[in-house]
Amino acid sequence: MVVSATSLSRSGLTDFLLQRVSAIVLGLYGLCIVGFLLANPEVDYDAWVQYMASPVMLLFGTLSIVSLGVHAWIGMWTIGTDYLSEHKMGRRAVFLRLIYQGLVALSIFVYLLVGLAILWQFPFGSA
Amino acid sequence: MRVSIFRFVPGMDAKPRMQDYEFELPRDRDLMVLDVLEQLKAHDSSISYRRSCREGVCGSDGMNMNGKNGLACKTPVSEVAKRDRLELRPLPGLPVIRDLVVDMSQFYRQYERVEPYLNNDSPPPAQERLQSQEERAKLDGLYECILCACCTTSCPSFWWNPDKFLGPAALLQSYRFLADSRDTATEERLAKLDDPYSVFRCRGVMNCVNSCPKDLNPTRAINQIRTLLVKSGT
Repeated sequence: MVVSATSLSRSGLTDFLLQRVSAIVLGLYGLCIVGFLLANPEVDYDAWVQYMASPVMLLFGTLSIVSLGVHAWIGMWTIGTDYLSEHKMGRRAVFLRLIYQGLVALSIFVYLLVGLAILWQFPFGSA
Repeated sequence: MRVSIFRFVPGMDAKPRMQDYEFELPRDRDLMVLDVLEQLKAHDSSISYRRSCREGVCGSDGMNMNGKNGLACKTPVSEVAKRDRLELRPLPGLPVIRDLVVDMSQFYRQYERVEPYLNNDSPPPAQERLQSQEERAKLDGLYECILCACCTTSCPSFWWNPDKFLGPAALLQSYRFLADSRDTATEERLAKLDDPYSVFRCRGVMNCVNSCPKDLNPTRAINQIRTLLVKSGT
């Protein structure tokens, strides 16, 4: 058993399942968006806001943004631990990996905040 | 034909080099790559490589031939030589001891981690632990591995994390004992595999399947381990 403190769940199986479930959520959300646009080719801003502000789409959108964060962290963590490994780079890999993981975590956090802010402005209106 | 061989003696050579040899192939028959090496070694005894049974059973002469891992003793020159050139390199991802000889310690450490033996805490019967024909058939495609390391050393995940990712050969053996009806340590074995590296670092590129000289399918075994982990953990 290889111990890893920075993987999302510390369990290979849980990370594996989270990545697949989040991919399904994102795929279904994408289908909803594309389906709406195809079904309403003449869509205007008001119709778009009405669709996105519906409770189902708000919840689905929130779930999708969280799924995106989960999916991105597992994927980017895997890439970082592949390429920035002690085996290839020696001890400096730990330092580089921490910087890399910090930047990735910060980016995902900002994306989450901005994404949720954009999504939840629809029911409450900002402009 | 021009044969380029990787030459390197750590501690003596500053860096590795490729040494070229001209080799006259017979017109009436095909040769195995090992035959070529044997004849070249008769002229230049400093060329180093491992070999033993010369018939694909011992797994000693695994090497990289024109970019693909395989056993030199059962790989025909006509199959790998391109434009009259044959390039022989050591198995990638393992430290070179000399020329085509690599240090297999890391490979064996990962093999050891999967406990490649039967674990059964019930009292042994008088003669042997029996299996039905169906139970025995589940081991086909698993027990034939000869540990040549061609699969594991062709796997990028093993190149990147050889100390954490078990590699296809060890995982094939892991599943060989998970699938064995006589082994009673399934849950303990699975618990030791549930980390982000040991099994789940496999990205399914299937280099292992492509390079296995015994035509085994480690990727399928890895997926079966994942299925067992999902069943056990959900």
